[in-house]
Amino acid sequence: MTTGEPGQPRTDRSPWNWLLVLPIVLPLLTFLFNADEPRLLGFPLFYWLQMAFIVVGVVSTTIVYRMTK
Amino acid sequence: MSGHTTELVVFIVLFLIVSGMGFVASRWRRPDDLASLNEWGLGGRSFGSWITWFLIGGDLYTAYTFVAVPALVFSSGAIGFYALPYTVVVYPLVFLVLARMWSVSHVHGFVTPADFVRARFGSPTLALVIAITGLVATMPYIALQLVGIEAVLKAMGITGHLPIIIAFAILAAYTYQSGLRAPALIAFVKDALIYIVILAAVIYIPSQLGGWDSIFDAAKAKFDATPAPGDGYILNANNQLQYVTLAFGSALALFLYPHSLTGVLASKNRNVIKRNMSALPAYSLVLGLIALLGFMAIAAGTKPVTANGKTDTNTIVPVLFDQMFPDWFTGVAYAAVGIGALVPAAIMSIAAANLFTRNIYREYINKNATDSQEATVSKLVSLVVKVGAVLCILLLDPQFSIDLQLIGGVIILQTLPSVGLGLYTRWFHKGGLIAGWAAGLAAGMWMLYLIPNPATGKQHFGGSAFALSNFGFDTKMTIYAGFLALAVNLIVAVLGTLIFRAVKVADGEDATARDDYFADEGDPKVKDLDLTGSH
Repeated sequence: MTTGEPGQPRTDRSPWNWLLVLPIVLPLLTFLFNADEPRLLGFPLFYWLQMAFIVVGVVSTTIVYRMTK
Repeated sequence: MSGHTTELVVFIVLFLIVSGMGFVASRWRRPDDLASLNEWGLGGRSFGSWITWFLIGGDLYTAYTFVAVPALVFSSGAIGFYALPYTVVVYPLVFLVLARMWSVSHVHGFVTPADFVRARFGSPTLALVIAITGLVATMPYIALQLVGIEAVLKAMGITGHLPIIIAFAILAAYTYQSGLRAPALIAFVKDALIYIVILAAVIYIPSQLGGWDSIFDAAKAKFDATPAPGDGYILNANNQLQYVTLAFGSALALFLYPHSLTGVLASKNRNVIKRNMSALPAYSLVLGLIALLGFMAIAAGTKPVTANGKTDTNTIVPVLFDQMFPDWFTGVAYAAVGIGALVPAAIMSIAAANLFTRNIYREYINKNATDSQEATVSKLVSLVVKVGAVLCILLLDPQFSIDLQLIGGVIILQTLPSVGLGLYTRWFHKGGLIAGWAAGLAAGMWMLYLIPNPATGKQHFGGSAFALSNFGFDTKMTIYAGFLALAVNLIVAVLGTLIFRAVKVADGEDATARDDYFADEGDPKVKDLDLTGSH
C-alpha cells in the first residue's frame, strides 16, 4: 500500500496496478491457446499454455505487491 | 464392502485425527473468550499470511471441486478446464478490491458483505436482500460438500446416509466449539494430504498409462467419436464464448460468496491479503492437474459407479484412484477428499450463521444484541445450517443440490453492483440497486430454466450454457447465463438510479468515509471492534 506523506490522503493508485490487467485478459483470449500443437511434454498447447498463465499471474501480482507495498 | 477394508481403515483413522484437531483448535492462538463474533466467527481477526493462505485456499478449493471438475472434464472435455483460467483471473481481479474491503470492514466492524452494504447505502432493505442472497447461495454449496464425501464412500462400496450424518455431526460439534479456528487448523492437514495425493497421481498414473501423449490422444479419440456439439478435447467454435464468460463470471462471483470474505476479514492486515493474492495461484496449478484426472480416467478406461440404473460421474476420480493406487494410498486419497469437504463446509456454515446473526437477528429481532448474544446465535444457526444441508441430501436428489449450486453462482453474481462496485463508487441509488438485483435474478432464472441437458434428458436447469439461438441468432454458440444476467442487472441499476434521482426519491446515507478504504493495521481508526455501537 502506498503510504503518502503525513497530511496527504492515502491512495491505492499506482501505475504498477496496470500490470494486473495482463493476467486478467490473457487467459480469456482463447485464440491464443485453443490448439493441439505444439505439444510440450505430451501436453497439448491448450493445456500447457494455460498452466503457464498461472506463472504470469503470480509474477504480475508479486511485482505489483512489492512495488506498491 | 469387501476389498475396501484397508482403504476404509485409513480413511476413518485420518478422519478421526482431523476431528480431534477440530476440537483442540478452540485452544489454538488462545483467545481470552470465544464469546464474540470476532473470536468465534473470525478467529480473532489476527491471522497472518500462512494461516490465511491455508484458510482461503481450503475455502475456495473444495471437495466438490476435486470431484466435480475432473468429472466434467471426463464427460465434456476442454470446457471443464475453465476452472483453471477462472482461478488465474480471480486473484489479480480482486487484488485491490479485497484490500479496500478489509480496510473499511475493520474500521466499521463489518463481519459480512451485507454489513458493508448496510453502512454504504444506508438501506436495511438492500442489506437484507444481500444477506438472503448470500444465505440462499451458500446453503446448496454446503450440501455439495456432502456430495463430495458421498462420492468417496460410494467408491468404497458404502451406501446409505448414516456415515454422512455421523461425519456432519462431528463437524457440527467442533465448529460449534471452536468456530473459525477449527477449519483454519484443519486446513493444514487437508492441503498436505491433497498435495501428496496429486503429486503422486500426476507422476505415477501417467507412467502407468503410457505418458501424457497417450492420455490426451485417448481423450481426443473419445470426444471425436461422440456426436455432442459441446464437447471435445480442445474447444470448438460453439463453446469458446461459454468458456471465457464462464471463467470470467465465476471469477467475479467467487469473492462475493460470504464464506470467501470470511477468510479475508480474518487476516490481520492489508499486506497479508495482497501477498496471498500472489501466493494462492499455487492451488490453481493443483486444480489444473486435478482436472486432468478426468482425461486419465478416459485413458484408463475407468467406469463411474452405477447404482439403481443411474451413473454417477462424480465417482470417476475415486474409482480411478481405486483402480490405480495400492489400497492404503487410495485410503489416503479418499481421506484428502473427505477432509477437503469438512474445511469449506465449516467456513460456509460460519459465514451463513454470521449473515443471519448480523443482518437478520441484529437488524430485525434484537437491536441491542451484546457480543456474547451474537456469538451464541451464530453458533446455534451454524448448527441449523448444517442440519439443513444434511436434510438437502437426505430428502432431495443430490442432482438437485448440484442444480441449486449452479443457480447459486448466478444469483450471488447479482450482489456485485452493491458489494463489488459499492467499494469503489457511491454513485448508485439504493432503489436502483434493488431493482437491478431483482431484474438480474429474474433474467438469470429465466435463462437457466430454458437450458436443457440432453445427456440426462432434463428439460430445464440442465447447465449454465445459454444458447444464443434463444434470441433468434442463427448460431450454436452458447454463453454463461450468469454473465448475461449480470449485464441485465447493471443496466437496470444504472437506469433505476437515474430515474430515482430524477424523481428525487430519498437515498440512504453513506456511513463510510473515503479514508476508511485505505486504513491499515495500527491506524487509530482500526480499533478493537465495537460491535455493540449502533450503526
